Amino acid sequence: MPIVNYIESNGKRHSIDLPLGATIMEGAVQNGIPGIIAECGGSCMCATCHVYVEEQFMALLPEMEEEENEMLEGTSAARTVNSRLGCQVRISKKLDGVVVQIPNKQ
Amino acid sequence: MSQRVVIIGAGHAGLQAAVSLREEGFSGELVIIDAERDLPYQKPPLSKGFLNNKQTEENLIFRLPHFYEAQQIKLHLGMELTRIDRDKQQVIGQSGEAIAYDYLILATGARNRPLPVAGAQQERVFYLRTLEDARRIKQAMETCLRVAVIGGGFIGLEFAACARELGKEVTLIEAQPNLMNRVIPPVLSEVFRMQHQKMGVEFLLNNQVLEIRPESNDALTIELRGGQQCVADMIVVGIGVMPNIELAQAAGLTCENGIVVNDSLQSTDDPRIFAIGDCAQYFNRFAGRKTRLESVQNATDQAKCVAKTIQGAEPCTFEAIPWFWTYQYDLKLQMAGLSEGYDEYHCRGELGSDKFSLFYYRTGKLIAVDSLNRPTDHLAARKLLQAGVSPSIEQVKNEAFKLNDLLRNE
Repeated sequence: MPIVNYIESNGKRHSIDLPLGATIMEGAVQNGIPGIIAECGGSCMCATCHVYVEEQFMALLPEMEEEENEMLEGTSAARTVNSRLGCQVRISKKLDGVVVQIPNKQ
Repeated sequence: MSQRVVIIGAGHAGLQAAVSLREEGFSGELVIIDAERDLPYQKPPLSKGFLNNKQTEENLIFRLPHFYEAQQIKLHLGMELTRIDRDKQQVIGQSGEAIAYDYLILATGARNRPLPVAGAQQERVFYLRTLEDARRIKQAMETCLRVAVIGGGFIGLEFAACARELGKEVTLIEAQPNLMNRVIPPVLSEVFRMQHQKMGVEFLLNNQVLEIRPESNDALTIELRGGQQCVADMIVVGIGVMPNIELAQAAGLTCENGIVVNDSLQSTDDPRIFAIGDCAQYFNRFAGRKTRLESVQNATDQAKCVAKTIQGAEPCTFEAIPWFWTYQYDLKLQMAGLSEGYDEYHCRGELGSDKFSLFYYRTGKLIAVDSLNRPTDHLAARKLLQAGVSPSIEQVKNEAFKLNDLLRNE
């Protein structure tokens, strides 16, 4: 199963084995990783599963829909070119080893 | 001795209370009791992605089993309680076993309002509330073609959209002339009605069910007040819920349309008992009256507030801005604040299109915003409402004006 590396804003790293098809948000919430809130449970409704994806993995991510693009405009922590909503990124084999940074606020 | 918090109900409110207590540094014992047997799961997808196979049961699970072990949260699933003994500070199970508490959090939720007509208790008349309900509906849909939905609120409409996406013939019966009548104005609900109609849903609005009759060929005939009939292979009823207040009532706690709690969500009769989520009735400053809200946001924010009160030095006052959402086909409606009692609304975007927001005002003050496919407006609205900032009508109508700019000046 692909491994996702979550890095908390304090630098703490969590490497989690996720089943294919799970989202970055689900992996964090189900395993109790702090900093990813996901108030709406993955419906692209609340922008509280904001993560920064490490540059080298950006091109491997599923393309961003307009909806996610708009929600990212309202995140609590500043949006960067590496910003994605964790609920919109499903884990595939090619994302094995992906590194995501969790912002200090959601 | 270490303290013990007992939480009744493992839904969004109950689970969040346990998680937040740990986050706040509570180191005592945490016990969650629920009559359901499933590991705590997310409810919103049950009427959406779970039914049309976009999400699986695995996607719905809140936390994996190892999380509960690591956080030392004890789950008593499949456990029915018979009463609360406030004098002894205990909850009592069906076989008489007692679990003592220092604090008790009632997150008992709500249950579906039963359809009060003859013949409503049939095998193929379903209600949607729990994962088990959703499993049964999903299974029934595998063999049924004609589906009738009774109730044009969020649950009924979300279900209708899924059923259409699965190719079912869908008829929706609603007592009011407008859909989602309780929460949104006709100008907005009409957009949804038209979309459902375009997707093939038949509507019987302003009509009421008199009787459900099983036919010899396994079909169900629904007799309506207007004289029409509707024939279906299965029926899903979504006509609202009733709070689960019986345990609280029997324990002598004041209940009205919910368990009555103060601004810190504490029972007005017993400071060791809190009520949160669908079962709690509290004074909501956005509504300006006592209210009971049924939403994920209300459940989780109240849970966080109670955790702060139990763990903190000062009671936490609950004053989070209410927000809700519904998702039907590609129409995503996000609601912030409570529009009840508005005296005017103004539109951002093209009114009646599939992308606009309504800003509701009462005596010149912004009280709510409904955003259809405009998530940026919704997120800005939540911040404006929480901060008590009212944009001018011109600012609302001018799409070039960034609403967030009003907050930067704060």
